[in-house]
Parts: sequence; structure tokens; C-alpha cells
Amino acid sequence: MTVVPTSARFQENAHEALNDARLQGAMVFARNFAGRRALAAARLPEFDRLRDSASAIKDHTLAHLDLYLEAYERKVVESGGCVHYAEDAEAARRIVVDLCRSLGAKSVTKGKSMISEEIGLNAAIEAAGIEAVETDLGEYIIQLRHETPSHIIAPAIHLTKRDFEHDFRARHTNLPPERDLSKPEQLLAEARAVLREKFLAADVGITGANFLIAETGGSVIVTNEGNGDLTQTLPRAHIVIASIEKIVPTLEDAAQLLRVLARSATGQDASVYTTFSTGPRRPGDPDGPSAYHVVILDNGRSAMLGGEFQDMLRCIRCGACMNHCPVYQAVGGHAYGWVYPGPMGAVLTPSLIGVAEGGQLPNASTFCGRCEEVCPVRIPLPKMMRHWREREFERALSPAAARYGLGLWAFFAARPALYRVAAGLVARSLRLLGRRKGRFASLPFAGGWTRYRDLAAPEGSTFQSRWRAKSGAVK
Amino acid sequence: MKDGRSGEVSARETVLAGIRRSLGVTGGEAPRRFEVERRLAEAPAGIVPQRGQGDLPARVATFRAEAERAQATVAEAAALNDVPAEVARFLREANCPATVRMGTDPRLAALPWPATALDVSIGPSDGRDLNAVSMALVGIAETGTLALVSGADNPTTLNFLPDNAIVVVRREDVVADYEAAFARLRAVYGKGGAPRALNFITGPSRSADIEQTLLLGAHGPRRLHIVIAG
Repeated sequence: MTVVPTSARFQENAHEALNDARLQGAMVFARNFAGRRALAAARLPEFDRLRDSASAIKDHTLAHLDLYLEAYERKVVESGGCVHYAEDAEAARRIVVDLCRSLGAKSVTKGKSMISEEIGLNAAIEAAGIEAVETDLGEYIIQLRHETPSHIIAPAIHLTKRDFEHDFRARHTNLPPERDLSKPEQLLAEARAVLREKFLAADVGITGANFLIAETGGSVIVTNEGNGDLTQTLPRAHIVIASIEKIVPTLEDAAQLLRVLARSATGQDASVYTTFSTGPRRPGDPDGPSAYHVVILDNGRSAMLGGEFQDMLRCIRCGACMNHCPVYQAVGGHAYGWVYPGPMGAVLTPSLIGVAEGGQLPNASTFCGRCEEVCPVRIPLPKMMRHWREREFERALSPAAARYGLGLWAFFAARPALYRVAAGLVARSLRLLGRRKGRFASLPFAGGWTRYRDLAAPEGSTFQSRWRAKSGAVK
Repeated sequence: MKDGRSGEVSARETVLAGIRRSLGVTGGEAPRRFEVERRLAEAPAGIVPQRGQGDLPARVATFRAEAERAQATVAEAAALNDVPAEVARFLREANCPATVRMGTDPRLAALPWPATALDVSIGPSDGRDLNAVSMALVGIAETGTLALVSGADNPTTLNFLPDNAIVVVRREDVVADYEAAFARLRAVYGKGGAPRALNFITGPSRSADIEQTLLLGAHGPRRLHIVIAG
């Protein structure tokens, strides 16, 4: 029931995305994030030190994760909530569906949750005959379109307002067809009115969690719309689904992470709503859910601990890496073929669904390093993409041409004298061949490059020989 | 083992065992346990930004400027008793009906509402209230953020369902940073304790999901009006 990954087809997906004029038009709006993050970071002199602090908190928590989980669980139970553990996606779906059934739910509202996408929760809830309604505006429209999010914080970044209008008209057929939906304000007002009814009618609200706090047993969600709060406040029961690495020790630790989260994500100093929820309704409370459940998901994460991909578990899902990634900006999120796109997706996807399925994604990088530069928890994303490439190569999963080519290169690279002679020969011959124009419009074995741009002709000497000459001159 | 309660107990053991295997620990190591207990008990503060620091007038000025930056409107009332008149003025100028919904907070109940033309009703919101008045635990200068706690005094639904959220914060309750807000929370609920819901609110509800156009009033209030009183 989970989303069927097409990550193994990344190259084809990317090619289609580059030729999709509608998508390319929509992706223009994704370029706004980088500038806003830079302004927010510049406004806070302590920002870089907060990033160090945030990374250290995550490292500390991961090193003691078993104990913090136990401490967290004790506090949830103390506050009247229930904790459920799920080893994998199937177990998590079953727990949530069973809870919904036992609560007699007919309708479920949902706050935006990447874990829900990861485990394909909506399909499972609907298969049980229960209505599942996404309430974040972006998630709502992609649910109408039966799509996956194309960005982890802006799920509908691949759509334009015309797409919203088209889908709203197709779905909201009880509204007058002549209504004006040409402006974003009108689209938002319509979604607000339609979803308000859903909020008030829902039996169960399901949210993710940005953090789980061991000190208090609280779960934290961060939103701008207020949909997450209506989702978890109005229905009879609140179910939180979160993966094991969302734990932080204390409220103070959550504050350190919150200070880098919104700034890295949307460039806001703080998101509009940061809500700490602890257990069900208390005696005398006039509102809030009567039942509070937390489903803690592993789904491959515990196996990442203690290994070369542990640092990825520091990720707080801000989206800064994809907002600054030239590959993501060019092809959008759907080309990545599963749930998590961009550099964080390129590292996480092979860990979660296997290198055979997701091994193409670490190749979707120019190694420009911007993702690591902006990551609020300093995840060495390029280094980890390199680790995956090595594994893909070791396991002979990369294409034969690439393997032979690399083998050939390695043969020469391991023999410096031969390399110098061969490289010199190639540089001189290419200079002769490209003398007339100074560039090549097509070359054998390099069609992938020359289809989109010319290759400059070498000037006849190699980098090594010029370096030697320059060093000699300096001396 | 996939069904029922025993299945869940076993899933818990499997997940914890998986974590311990990867970390190369048993879970029984005394130094690790000590380290975790110490951090939970001491809750070290980390890096706290300078921005919100200062004496009360400085904190109030920062709080106000940051809240306005997040598209909230802010008014100052000389005393708590002036709050009803300010609420009436705000609703009149915003062209909204003179009705407000509020909880049972004794600090709000004691105010001279009858001296205004406002129609006041008490209780949580069922979605039909246009205007709500709540009392914040604190205002946080650092980001112009309000902290509200759930309960009959200030029901959580009042923060999200009405179109206009009006929040009163006492001047002396404007603190520098999140850490100061947590200290106030612990003074009320004890260390390790928490209300059912603690809401940090920074400006009115918004969405940028349509072509990254910032629009106010997504699912929560379209307007957030803050009254700093006293």
C-alpha cells in the first residue's frame, strides 16, 4: 500500500521533468527560499553557533537514543497517553488503522506528516473504509491529485494557481461553477471553508511531530496555517506518528532546534504555531482530545545508527538542502521517485528502501556542497552521497559503461607517468581537432554533454604540465 | 506476533534492541544512564540570542516590534482595566461584530466588560465565534511570540477557530526568550510537567502554498491583536 518508488528511474524522471514546461514554470517559485533563509540567518548573529548547538544535541540524543525513548515513554504514560512501537511501515499502518477502528472513526483529519507519506498511511486508512483528509493546503491539493509531495515543507511547490483552480473546480462540485477562483486569496478562502467542515466533523486527528520531548512526554508540531492544531484539538482522539530520531531531551534542547528550523525552512524567525502537546484532555479541560496515542516508527532507522549514515538521523526536515540544490531546483521533487527529494532524500532513500531501488539518487548531485553549507544540523550530505556511490559501484549496480570508464580511468590514475603521457596526448589531439572553432558541438561518447552545450577544446597542455610550469616560474 | 498487545510489546523490544545493537550498548551502562538523567534534570540552556534580552521596557519594545514583523497588531493599555475598551476599539475599527468569546480566566473575568457594548460569552469555541479574547502565560520578546496554555481559563479552541484572536499579555509577563517561558511553565506545572497544550503563537495564521504567495488567515485566525496591559 506504500508509494511505489520510481527512484531507480531517476534519469528518465529527470529528463521528463526538464522537458515539462508546466513544471519548469512552477519551479520558479521554489527559488524564493534561499534568499529568505539568508536574510533570517543574517538577522541572528548567533545563528551559526545555534547550528553547532543543534547538531551537538542531535548527536548526544542519538548516542543515548534507547534511554531517551524509555524516558519519553514513561512521561507519555504518566500524562495519560499511550505509546506504540512500529518496526516497519506495515506495522505502523496496522496500529493506526486499528486505533481508528477501535475509536469508531468514520472521518480522520491529518496534519502534514512526512512519516505518513513514508508509510503510505492515507491509502491504508481509506482501505479500511475511513475518510482521510489532508488539511495542510499543499497536502490537500496533492491528495486531490493523488500525488506525493514534491518538497518536504512545500508539498505543492510543483503546482501553479491554475492547477489549484482546476482541481478545486473538479472536486468542489457543490459550489457555484461561475465563482471566481483566479486569485490565490479566493482559492485559500475556498479551501478554508471546505476544510473547516472536515475539522469539525472528524473523529480522529493524526499529526506528525517535529520533536518528541523526553523531559515532558510532549510532542511538538510546527505549522503556519493552524491546520495541525485544529487537527489535534477538535477530534476525540489525537494520534501522533513520529520516527525514533525525533526525540530530544528537554524543552531547552527543543528551543535550540526550533531557532534553526524555521529560519532554515521558510526564512521565518519562528513559525506561526509551535505547539507542545502532552497527553489527553485533563480534568476540567473544556477542549482537546480525550485520547492521545503516539506511534513510534523505526522503519530502517535503528540500522543507520553507529554507521556511516548515522549523521543523516540529525535531519530536522527543514528543506534547506533542496532549496539550495541546483539539481532539485532543475528537476523538482517528483523526479526523485519516492517520498524524500533533494540531497536529504538522495541520502535517506537508499537507507530506507535499499540501494538497489534508491541507489540512483546519490548520483543526482553536482557536489557543489551548498546543501552541507546551509544544513542547520551540519549533515555532511555530499560525503554521504559519495559513500552511497561507492556502495553502488561495489555492488555492481551502476551502469556497465560507467564501470568500464571508471576502471579505465583508475588504470591510468594509478600510473602517474602513463597518465601524464596519455593526458598530454589527448589534450594535444583535441586541440588539433577543435582548432577551427575552439569548441566541439558533438563528440563520440560525450553526447550527454554536447546535446545541451559545447565542450571547449583544450588549448594543448594539461593541468599538470601548466601547474608544473607555474610552480617553476614562482620559484 | 503481529496482532494485539503482545505484538506491540514485542515491537518495543525489537526496536530498542535494534538501537542498542547498532550503538553497541546494552542499555544498562551506568555512565550512559547517569548522563541522560543529568541532562533531563539540569536542562542546560545552550545558545540564547541577545535579541530579546534587556530590562522590561527594552523587552516590551522588542516583543512589540517582532510581533508586528510577524503581521500581528499590538496595542498597549495602561492597566488591565483598560483592556475591554481597547478590545471594543479594535473590533469597531476592524468592522467586526461586538461579540467576544473567552474562558474563565479570573484575570479576564475581573475586568469591566459591562462598561463596553461588548457581548461577552464564556467557554470554548465550537467554530461559530468570530472573536476571542485570551490571556497569555507570557509574551516572548525574542520573536514576538505569545505562549498560551490549555485549560478552562483559556481554552485552546479560542486560539484557532475564531477569525480574530485577541490576546492579552501583562506587561510584567513579557520575558526575554523561550528559556524564560519554560521557567515560568515549570513554576506552574513543576519540573517535567506540562499543560496538555502549550501554544507558541507568532502572528496570525498564514499559508504560502499557492505559488509562494503569503496569505493571512489560512485555517486559524485572520487577525492576531495583542494587548500589552499594565
